[in-house]
Amino acid sequence: MKIDRRLFFKVLGATGASVALGTSLKAAPRKQEEKEVEFYGVLYDSTRCVGCQTCEFSCAEAHGLPEPSGAPEAGVIRKINEKNRTVVNVYKTSRGDVFVKTQCMHCSQPACVAACLTQAMQKTKEGSVIWRGEKCMGCRYCMVSCPFDVPKFEYHSANPVIQKCTMCYDRLKEGKIPACVENCPNQALMFGTRRELIKEGHKRIVENPDQYVDYIYGEQEAGGTAFLYLSPVPFHELGFNTHIQKTSYPELSKGFLYSVPSIFVLLPPILLGIYDATKNKNKEEENE
Amino acid sequence: MSKIDITAAKYSGDRPTWKFFMSELKPKGKWLTPFNIISIPIMILGLILIVIRFWKGLGSITNLTQEVPWGLWIGFDVVTGVAFAGGAYVITFMVYILNMHKYHSIVRVVVLNGFLAYLFYAGALVLDLGRPWHVINPIIGNSFGTNSVLFLVAWHFLLYMIAQLIEFSPAVAEWLGARRALKILSGMTLVAVIFGITLSTLHQSGLGALYLMAKGKIHPLWYSEFIPILFFVSSIFAGLSMVIFEGSLSYKVFFQQISEKNQKSHHGIIHGLAKICALTMFAYFSLQVLIFIHGQNWSLLNTGMGRWFLLEMIGFVVVPMVLYFYSYRRNNIFLIKLASILTMLGIILNRLNVTIIGFNWDAAVRYVPSWMEIVVTLAVIFTEIWVFRWVVNRMPVLRELPFVVKKEKLITG
Ligand code: SF4
Ligand code: SF4
Repeated sequence: MKIDRRLFFKVLGATGASVALGTSLKAAPRKQEEKEVEFYGVLYDSTRCVGCQTCEFSCAEAHGLPEPSGAPEAGVIRKINEKNRTVVNVYKTSRGDVFVKTQCMHCSQPACVAACLTQAMQKTKEGSVIWRGEKCMGCRYCMVSCPFDVPKFEYHSANPVIQKCTMCYDRLKEGKIPACVENCPNQALMFGTRRELIKEGHKRIVENPDQYVDYIYGEQEAGGTAFLYLSPVPFHELGFNTHIQKTSYPELSKGFLYSVPSIFVLLPPILLGIYDATKNKNKEEENE
Repeated sequence: MSKIDITAAKYSGDRPTWKFFMSELKPKGKWLTPFNIISIPIMILGLILIVIRFWKGLGSITNLTQEVPWGLWIGFDVVTGVAFAGGAYVITFMVYILNMHKYHSIVRVVVLNGFLAYLFYAGALVLDLGRPWHVINPIIGNSFGTNSVLFLVAWHFLLYMIAQLIEFSPAVAEWLGARRALKILSGMTLVAVIFGITLSTLHQSGLGALYLMAKGKIHPLWYSEFIPILFFVSSIFAGLSMVIFEGSLSYKVFFQQISEKNQKSHHGIIHGLAKICALTMFAYFSLQVLIFIHGQNWSLLNTGMGRWFLLEMIGFVVVPMVLYFYSYRRNNIFLIKLASILTMLGIILNRLNVTIIGFNWDAAVRYVPSWMEIVVTLAVIFTEIWVFRWVVNRMPVLRELPFVVKKEKLITG
């Protein structure tokens, strides 16, 4: 028995529409590396940081956020939250007190951007990861996906925003450098292209091998981040998440996303075939 | 409603349409049933809470934290609710694709249930959105986040609801007495079914795929790259267990609407579904075992979370699976129903373990849903049951109209 032709075309039509949706999906995860852009980044040298919190205050001022409260204190971990894009903490380590600044890592292939279904999260060509309120629908999938738990949500507002460091994207566009970097009195922060900063980091490690552990946190974490850290002690002593995978996080769901178009193309004809086969079988049984 | 209005105006010709609708909007039967007495206050309270939520922000009635941004409304209403709604695609697959006519009498009620579940539980998503006025962004305009799994799931929800509406529409046409529409809509059923099954396969697994990027945040006993497959396979028996459970309830509540022939086949249907549940659960459990061995998480078993995992796997997968096998062999309808309840509890447990309990399980502040989140969830469920009851009492969902039988011959023949 042949499949009814009209039916066949109807199924084909429905499939075609979905394939259109599917192929746009397939084209979507473009490779960031292909576009020959140099992402900017920031190198943070914890051996130079004295915990003065100037970065916290200048960040709050630059983005119209309330003045930070509290000061770094050993044993107390202050967290970034919906009012604070960056905080400095102090850790008691095998080599004395060490300060650590926390903020968004500005991943090269950010999980938050891959998660966002409205393109509200965006990796700009400068390298900063920004949030755009005119697109965001507040689903908080970015928060679920970010391996560093960075994006913060205003739960107590009827018009909530996602708060996160933007590497001072507005200032970058004006040709300025991020507020925290500009104001750090001790040059603990350094702004530049990611490539330069990695070179600089390795240079510092080679020139002062006693002062640093031979590792730049962020060089490989999550497939590479724009914020890079130097430390005198192993990073787990500083509360860093050392279980972060070295490949990018969006990679984890790519396999699933790639399989979608093929399922859309393959499954409907298979179903139609089964339908046809069982229909005939039933008819034969009836005839017997 | 407007779409139905138009169809009615077109096809019902001689009767005044608005009068028909006004009379149909009125409740039928007694008012002061126990169900109404419980559900009405909860629905009103839920409505008040929803107003507060939009006025003062999500934090005013939920306990969500920065570490656990998705709570009960996503983990239970959406993720678990959609798994339970999986019955619709499985049953349509069996009836329309495999041509298993035995199950034909329950297709409509299952599809109606599935559709309403999507409408209300996936609709609960909107309550959870911080900036719901932008909900349209991923659907129209230039804001397609096409490499987002959530984008895919949202689209599939939407398309699948349309497919289900088409699958169910012949019942609406019969209710309105629109014979020509009935013929056209019935002709579209198979296409809608094929499309619907494809969409379901993808978004049932897609709900699991949402959590793929949360590697390291979900307890390793529940995280694996196979979450999408596990979610898909478990949606089969989750959906069917719901069909068994809900079917037994409707059977009691709407008994007088069910024709004698279908009353007789009721046990046969439940019996057949029990076998399918047992087999898919066996496949699911084998997958879980393989993944567990592959993950080499033996040492984790002896922790609190490990025992919790064992409870889920043994108590709520193995036990109901064995119960399904046993009751199938014994043809014991009571035990089958018991198995379906255990299975459903297991699905709730599993989905909550992935989405809430095992999510950032080591966070300093644990998320526990507030009573208000629970009330809103209950209000959503009750509203769905109200609408379901309204439809079943009016449209030919459980009962059959005389000319349906003829028409169906026309379609499948
Ligand atoms: S650290 Fe988180 S928020 Fe920042 S870019 Fe990476 S994924 Fe996005
Ligand atoms: S909360 Fe906003 S920025 Fe984050 S994923 Fe959802 S839409 Fe995108």
